[in-house]
Amino acid sequence: MLGRAANGVYWMSRYLERAENTARLIDVGFHLALTRGNKHSQDEEWKSVLTTTGQVDDYCRAHGEFTGPQVFNFLLRDRDNPGSVLSMVENARTNARMVRNSLTNAVWETTNEGWMHLRDLLARPVRETNLGEVLGQIRRTGTLVRGALEGTMLRNEVFNFARIGTFIERADSTARILDVKYYVLLPSAAWVGSSLDNVQWDTLLRSVAGNRAYSWLNAGALESRGIAKFLILDGQFPRSLVFCYDKLRSNMAGLAKQYGGETPAHDLLRATGKALHETSIEAIFDMGLHEFLQDFIGKTGSLGNAIAADYRFIE
Amino acid sequence: MTAAGRTNYDEMLNEDGSVRPAYADFRNWYDSQDKAWLKRQDAEAERFFRRIGITFNVYGNEAAEERLIPFDMIPRIITAREWRKLTRGIEQRVRALNAFLQDLYHRQEIIRSGRLPISALRDNEAFLSQMIGMTPPGGVYTHIVGIDLVRTGPEEFMVLEDNARTPSGVSYMLENRETMMAMFPELFTRIPVRPVSDYPRRLARSLRACAPPAFKGSGRPTVAVLTPGIYNSAYFEHAFLADQMGAELVEGSDLRVVDGRVAMRTTTGFKAIDVIYRRVDDDYLDPLSFQPDSVLGVAGIMDVYRSGGVTIANAPGTGIADDKAIYSYMPEIVEFYTGEKPILSNVPTWRCSEPDALAYVLDNLSELVVKEVHGSGGYGMLIGPTSSKKELADFEAKLRARPDNYIAQPTLSLSTVPIFTKEGLAPRHVDLRPFVLVSPEGIDITPGGLTRVALKKGSLVVNSSQGGGTKDSWVLDE
Repeated sequence: MLGRAANGVYWMSRYLERAENTARLIDVGFHLALTRGNKHSQDEEWKSVLTTTGQVDDYCRAHGEFTGPQVFNFLLRDRDNPGSVLSMVENARTNARMVRNSLTNAVWETTNEGWMHLRDLLARPVRETNLGEVLGQIRRTGTLVRGALEGTMLRNEVFNFARIGTFIERADSTARILDVKYYVLLPSAAWVGSSLDNVQWDTLLRSVAGNRAYSWLNAGALESRGIAKFLILDGQFPRSLVFCYDKLRSNMAGLAKQYGGETPAHDLLRATGKALHETSIEAIFDMGLHEFLQDFIGKTGSLGNAIAADYRFIE
Repeated sequence: MTAAGRTNYDEMLNEDGSVRPAYADFRNWYDSQDKAWLKRQDAEAERFFRRIGITFNVYGNEAAEERLIPFDMIPRIITAREWRKLTRGIEQRVRALNAFLQDLYHRQEIIRSGRLPISALRDNEAFLSQMIGMTPPGGVYTHIVGIDLVRTGPEEFMVLEDNARTPSGVSYMLENRETMMAMFPELFTRIPVRPVSDYPRRLARSLRACAPPAFKGSGRPTVAVLTPGIYNSAYFEHAFLADQMGAELVEGSDLRVVDGRVAMRTTTGFKAIDVIYRRVDDDYLDPLSFQPDSVLGVAGIMDVYRSGGVTIANAPGTGIADDKAIYSYMPEIVEFYTGEKPILSNVPTWRCSEPDALAYVLDNLSELVVKEVHGSGGYGMLIGPTSSKKELADFEAKLRARPDNYIAQPTLSLSTVPIFTKEGLAPRHVDLRPFVLVSPEGIDITPGGLTRVALKKGSLVVNSSQGGGTKDSWVLDE
């Protein structure tokens, strides 16, 4: 397989995953703003969405206020925003087009159709009345492409690189969302069990589509340490850090098997994965949640770079 | 529709409006179809093409970055007898083209004999000095040729252009057939149409038969399609052909010269390529030999080529054979190398570099088609009869300034074939590009080819970049 093609499927998956995560954050911001009575706290929620996606500085260069439609249009379709959902889906599709011959028709067509559909939906400014439809379409595109990969691709290097892209992006995304909100999980005697905490915690879980799963596992009881443990260490939850690393491990093992050997990236992966499995939520809180997450984000970034270098993604 | 008042040859209808035998079965079927259903099928075809992404990019048109070549669902039908004659003519012409190239880059007998003036080569950028004295693997220069044919009468097929560099359009030939078979399967059970679908397999076999001396392995030579990338107008076709052949689709940035071979960067290291089906122009192939700033090619590939390390298809320098300055000499070229009279005729051509010809062209500009010697894609040409006074005057100035940059031809009365319109069938002008494969094993012509059609009423310009469309082209079985 060409290094450039591996790079293409990897980034196709990463961009789709990122677009989907952004859509989910917008959805949460929208619901939260709806529950806020006054404009000031609504704007604060929207600003927080921008902070989480890391786009608050870019936004402030172009806009003054954090009004809902202005923020979500910036995140969804602003031509000057390289991190907009439209740009990312376009990037995913461009990558897919570049490596079209490595993909099944089903994967190419779902990616292409998803892009065509979103391009039409995002041709005009999005209003609150059709925001739901747009977000649904973004999620559906990600789901369909993953489904097409799962259902039609050979379990070979192409599949492995696509999955590695998905889980590097997802691990990074979950860690960043947690890091932006980490302070709401810190023990604070004054706030324990207050309704404000409950709303914040619920928001955090929704941002990673984990609210219902968490309730199933914990009979509906919200508690900060439990939430942190769920998002970091729960091997069943498909957006937890441990889950993402388990998937990275199996796909990297697939590459090692096909290529008859491991690379330096395998060592990095093994070290970070082992630490994740051996730690406990108590140890993480002792170290400092923020410090732990910063360290994790850095290591995941290094892993991505090592994979790109080891498999000759670029010259 | 009626045939009244027409001056050109219509391939479906006789002068009296009756249907020619080639179209009889099709026309019976068509007349029995519900027209509203046909309209729905027509719209469905477009959605189908968009979804699978058969698009092409138009240069200089950013808004419509990826456009669809319009597809017309009425087939163009060629009888077995017509096709037999065409294949004999095409084969003769392609043989002559390869012999001509071999001669031009070696002894230049044709120039010594006085049949071709040396001026046709002088200052001609299509002639590559880097190819002098070099024989490509298997002796094949033009592995893939597209011969553009026009028809002006029942027996009159003429060659409008020889495409000997990197002819495109074959993916449309294949997809058009796929689409027709999906939309109207019953047509193919009623009418014996010769298949085209094995073209990619034949192309792969033909390319592998031209492996370079450096290929000594057991097993199959490694074939790769070299594309300029996703922004090239024919990218879809490059990806499609690579996929159908089971070949790698590579860009210049994937390739590098390693140990005297051209190799591609894979996830596990560099791997040698034996045959490169390149879809980049000569100028961009090798920054060391040609355009120094090219990022589309591979530094040093020409050295590898000369030492037998790789096969490049088509060979660099084949453009001299389809150059419009050479075109007018093709009848002499065919006769010189085959010893036979040309079976397919040329369109009469005035070389504006010759004073008498130029005088004639200037006197008759409003009747003629004038083309740039090195132009392609229908750009930079004048169609006298449909041009305004101002356009004629502007063109005359250009022509007087650089007469050697132009050739002129009579405005041909191209044959028409019906297309499907909201009002029913309507005749439109067409051409035909059959695809020809050349290898040491022989010359292989896929029955049919790509029919391009000028969708605008009365228009003679069939180029896809100028509003032309395509049709499925049927060759009937005996």
